[in-house]
Amino acid sequence: MSNPVKIGIPRALLCHKYFVMWEEFFKTLGCQIVLSPETNQQILKEGLKLAVDESCLSLKILLGHAYYLKDKADVLFLPRIVSSHKGESTCVKLWALTDIVRNTIPGIEVIDYTVDFNEFKFESIEMFKVGWQFSKNPVKIIQAYLKGKEKLAEKHAKELKEQWELIKNNKKVKPSVLIVSHPYTTYDAYLGQPIINFLKLQGINVLLSDIVDHAKARKLVRNISTDMYWTYNKEIVGAIEYYKGHIDGILFLMTFPCGPDSLVIDLCQNKIKDIPIVVITLDELQAEAGLKTRLESFADILKMRKKKNGK
Amino acid sequence: MENKLPQKIKVGFPHLGNYWVGFKEIASMLDGEIIMPPPITRKTIEIGAKQSPETACVPYKYTIGNFLECLEKGANVLIQAGGTSCRYAYYGEVQEAALKKMGYDFIMIRFVAKKTSILKILLKFRKMNPKLSYYRMGKGFCLAYKKFEAVDKVEDFIRKNIGFEVKKGSFERTFSQFLKELDGVHELNLIRQVKDKYLEECLKIEINKPANPLRVGIIGEFYVTIESFSNFFIEKELGKRGVEVHRFVSITHELQNLIFSKQRTNKYLKIAKPYLKHHIGAHGTETIGIAIELIEKGFDGLIHIKPFGCVPEVSSMSMLHKISKDFKTPILYFSFDAQTSETGVKTRIEAFYDMLKMKKNKKHGNKTGNN
Repeated sequence: MSNPVKIGIPRALLCHKYFVMWEEFFKTLGCQIVLSPETNQQILKEGLKLAVDESCLSLKILLGHAYYLKDKADVLFLPRIVSSHKGESTCVKLWALTDIVRNTIPGIEVIDYTVDFNEFKFESIEMFKVGWQFSKNPVKIIQAYLKGKEKLAEKHAKELKEQWELIKNNKKVKPSVLIVSHPYTTYDAYLGQPIINFLKLQGINVLLSDIVDHAKARKLVRNISTDMYWTYNKEIVGAIEYYKGHIDGILFLMTFPCGPDSLVIDLCQNKIKDIPIVVITLDELQAEAGLKTRLESFADILKMRKKKNGK
Repeated sequence: MENKLPQKIKVGFPHLGNYWVGFKEIASMLDGEIIMPPPITRKTIEIGAKQSPETACVPYKYTIGNFLECLEKGANVLIQAGGTSCRYAYYGEVQEAALKKMGYDFIMIRFVAKKTSILKILLKFRKMNPKLSYYRMGKGFCLAYKKFEAVDKVEDFIRKNIGFEVKKGSFERTFSQFLKELDGVHELNLIRQVKDKYLEECLKIEINKPANPLRVGIIGEFYVTIESFSNFFIEKELGKRGVEVHRFVSITHELQNLIFSKQRTNKYLKIAKPYLKHHIGAHGTETIGIAIELIEKGFDGLIHIKPFGCVPEVSSMSMLHKISKDFKTPILYFSFDAQTSETGVKTRIEAFYDMLKMKKNKKHGNKTGNN
């Protein structure tokens, strides 16, 4: 192999959560990474064309990204994370992800690995198998994996520290809003980012739910829901309990029609009584004016409440 | 579950097709009064939809409607169960919170397949009814299972033949008698007798079946396939036109899945191999496996039904599209919601039927069979 293999990573779904790890892993193995650009109109349009109408917006966006990478990369890297903890699982859409991409975009080659606690498929071993396809040096693969893991942990620790500093530096002037949404919604340039920027402009201290001590959040979530079994939902909803006392409002961001979120949000609305909640459902037909009005009025309410309670 | 036990237990449960006969057996173990939810009507879905998040699927809306109707009738214990990787497993908790917020006071017994072992279920029942012996519990579940099986056997026979009955309505009459009689018996051998008796009686009903009728398989999501009200009696609609209907989802199948899920999944994954590499959750893999199986058996068409927003079934649609194209077999997709119009469904079935019939005639006309 003279030219390094080009590995395409769509900037959607799990990429927002694990990209740091994958990047380090493949770079150490000497592969070239092709990351698709931030979501834009063109990508979304392609995704809409390819996806089944009733799929969730996040999947449609992923298909758009995958289509973009079709000719630009040799293989597509799409891991399949089913369950990373005992008795928990992820959304079934993520289980089917690789097969959906294979069936809707013909001629695309997909590399995947499965993490499934119940079938004893662990991340370390599965990643090793992926690495074996590119390098026959086991020491190098293990090194690459550990390096990737370390980078990811570093990133989490740094973000968590920054978020706590944000809370401390706030000195209770600005109202704090916790954005409860999956990383692939929060960090998407088309979905979450415009909303976050708009809220910041409105003078809101924005906290993100995926920046949290994940293990702790998964335990804390029991105060809200005992039956919840979706790992990612546990983490982001657990953040509500984790940051309790520091937040003045909660903003749920949901892509339409997200299976787990629609139930979890309904439950939260029924169980959380002391914090104002707003739920924003995002779809491909976004009307910006309506969205802005809602965000503005939510920000105003919070500011008024803050003033009242402060005096 | 910190609530104190009510003085007099009144148990309510949601409807699921004709399986209420079996659910009653389970509910009766609590030694309380059984509050049967009234038959599902438009009203059930309307009051249910009002209390549901908009993107929850129809089974959520129907069952919460059932619960509301039970609570109105005075129920104070509700039973809800759910399993596998479908989000139905989570409905119990969400519905409990929603109904409690409305001001109802009740206890909900939830069975979540992932977190509940058989032992835990037994303990839960013991807590509710300390007088319940383990023998009776075991027997209760056996009776329920046998009743499910009986309903499935008879229903299956009727489904395949109802389109060809000479005297209209004879199967339906027999079936309602069968349910009534089944409801009255509480012994294992009696259940078998009732089942055998009615299977024989069904055989006696005069039918006029052509040698090679149109055969349609119904695949898809569990709840809407079984609860005929939620799919606007799609089986009846097809039967009326003289179509032999096959359905593979049933509660006995599902209960066996609790034990054999892994073997089944692997079996279907093998069949679906060119289209599927991994298990896609809930019934998705099965849907695809069965679809390929049926097409290879020479079925004329398939109908895929699901509630709106059902994640695993929507995933399976990507593969079904491709299968339909590759095998040149028509598949009709339905997605049901609280607002789905009945006329729309009927028109589409009619058109589908006409198309299948034309296709079949053409095939027999030129004998090449490659159309």
